[in-house]
Amino acid sequence: MSKARFGIYGGQFVPETLMNALIELEETYNRYKEDPGFVNELNDLLNNYAGRPSLLYYAEKMTKDLGGAKIYLKREDLNHTGSHKLNNVLGQVLLAKKMGKSRVIAETGAGQHGVATATVAALMDMECEIFMGKEDTERQALNVFRMELLGAKVHAVTSGTQTLKDAVNETLREWTRRIADTHYVLGSVVGPHPFPTIVRDFQSVIGKEVKKQILEKEGRLPDVVMACVGGGSNAMGIFYDFIENKEVRLIGCEAAGHGIDTDKHAASMTKGTVGIFHGMKSYFCQDEYGQIAPVYSISAGLDYPGVGPEHSYLKDIKRAEYVPVTDDEAVEAFEYLAKVEGIIPAIESAHAVAYARKLAPTMDKDKIIVICLSGRGDKDVAAIARYKGVNIYE
Amino acid sequence: MSNIENVFKKGKAFITYITAGDPSMETTIKLVIEMAKAGADVIELGIPFSDPVAEGPVIEEAHARALSKGITTDQIFDGIKEIRKNSDVPIVIMTYANPIFTYGTERFMKRCQEVDVSAVIVPDIPFEEKEELLPFCQEYNITMISMIAPTSKERIRMIAQEAEGFIYCVSSLGVTGVRKSIGNEAEEMIKLVKEVKEIPCAIGFGLSTPQQAAQMAKIADGIIVGSAIVQMIAEYGENSVPYVYEYVKEMKKALMCSF
Repeated sequence: MSKARFGIYGGQFVPETLMNALIELEETYNRYKEDPGFVNELNDLLNNYAGRPSLLYYAEKMTKDLGGAKIYLKREDLNHTGSHKLNNVLGQVLLAKKMGKSRVIAETGAGQHGVATATVAALMDMECEIFMGKEDTERQALNVFRMELLGAKVHAVTSGTQTLKDAVNETLREWTRRIADTHYVLGSVVGPHPFPTIVRDFQSVIGKEVKKQILEKEGRLPDVVMACVGGGSNAMGIFYDFIENKEVRLIGCEAAGHGIDTDKHAASMTKGTVGIFHGMKSYFCQDEYGQIAPVYSISAGLDYPGVGPEHSYLKDIKRAEYVPVTDDEAVEAFEYLAKVEGIIPAIESAHAVAYARKLAPTMDKDKIIVICLSGRGDKDVAAIARYKGVNIYE
Repeated sequence: MSNIENVFKKGKAFITYITAGDPSMETTIKLVIEMAKAGADVIELGIPFSDPVAEGPVIEEAHARALSKGITTDQIFDGIKEIRKNSDVPIVIMTYANPIFTYGTERFMKRCQEVDVSAVIVPDIPFEEKEELLPFCQEYNITMISMIAPTSKERIRMIAQEAEGFIYCVSSLGVTGVRKSIGNEAEEMIKLVKEVKEIPCAIGFGLSTPQQAAQMAKIADGIIVGSAIVQMIAEYGENSVPYVYEYVKEMKKALMCSF
């Protein structure tokens, strides 16, 4: 059995060509993760470049409107580049530098991770190429231009379903073509070991901050911590430090698209089965012969047929719950948060907001919910307008 | 000794790859039988996967074509059973971890044994993960082929030590697909293997011409050709059998002359 499994999940299911690169990454990470120089350099970037710590905001109007538990929003949308993705990218590109790499490649769905990677590549003088499903380059055209502005080359991936899964395939292929000078900055807690661990650790700053902030504000831990789950990096980031606090409910909200009883969803936890894909054993949407299903969500960032292996483990041991949220519910929540709190969330994050709207009214007023607002919604405005039948050009 | 290893005793082995079900299982059956007649020593039969990350565009598109026709793992096993009425050419199944795992690894290997499949090659199961398959391979006497790549370096020793049947040497970086020129990394890789274990080494990835076949046969015990044949199938579809037959014959000849 290979290293760094989460129960039966995880592993290193990749072509032999990539194995030494994964081993080098693991060794480099283990050497630097507690190295004071590295930690200081990363913290300095997180504080002075990304703008951390991010706010933990008490959503008073939303709380009153829903009439139940107190709702706090962890404002990852206020991070530089507009999402939590930067936390991981700063860490990984620093590691890439330590490994002597001069080029980074990355997949992106909504474009958030691509933008974060292009940003840090610009900052740290790295060559950068981003792989993005052609369908996503169309629904997130603004982010494509943003990445190009930052000096990255963006490849529109035309294979398969032309979305996030295919972007990962193509980035893996590119990595096998050119590996010596190139680091693959994987954007979520997915893929072969050590990526799920590294990405989780770099994102766990979210949960660490929440713990400190909620203790300052409320003098106790929250009752519920929730986040949207595609691959699951913002969720893993906010969950991780709370896993040991068994009284805190952890809830992941996955994309139910048109509904989990249709074939248009991306609910790998609710509807998927265990499989091996993208380097990991985990839950996937697939058919009886192991063909990966063409999934769907309005949110490009959640439009992924699998989920990180640690989430699969947390589900199996019942430490975290995973619930499906439809497109319609997410869009309603998107508009709701804009109108009630003056905050436009990413459509990904709106999935978590949507479930909070159902859950909060069922809880007592002295209970506390923390929602990870993983990104801001500017990128989604045109797509939401189109969803509502208004034709806006970016 | 694995029965696949015996193939290499007769001389340099010519191994051909096609994707099962592209463009139909009927054509696949004919192609296997005819390739064997033309001189192919081993046939690698690909079970298509929705997301074949080790493949270049040519074989990736073959997987997509086969799946779009609705081919399933069960139909492929039935097809191999048909082939066995006419040919006893050694067949190796090449596929990804998920089609095997989801089918049920034990059930998969049992069916392999029933239709006389000699071995499996699974590019996304590296040395570290081989326990996923190996116990079931051993139970049903299916050889699990190991791969080595130019980036394997010191790993080659570890992989070779436990390898069985033959070693699949990936000629160069990247995914499958025809390459104009093949570097000389393979020679060094094979040398390292032979230091550890006397096991046949076959070179794959990028080979397409008789010249390359002859050149690689000087350093290896066999060569593997996939994309060049799959490209012909893409072009001629149901009518590809005679073209593939001629090509295999020509390649085999080049290989024989290389002694």
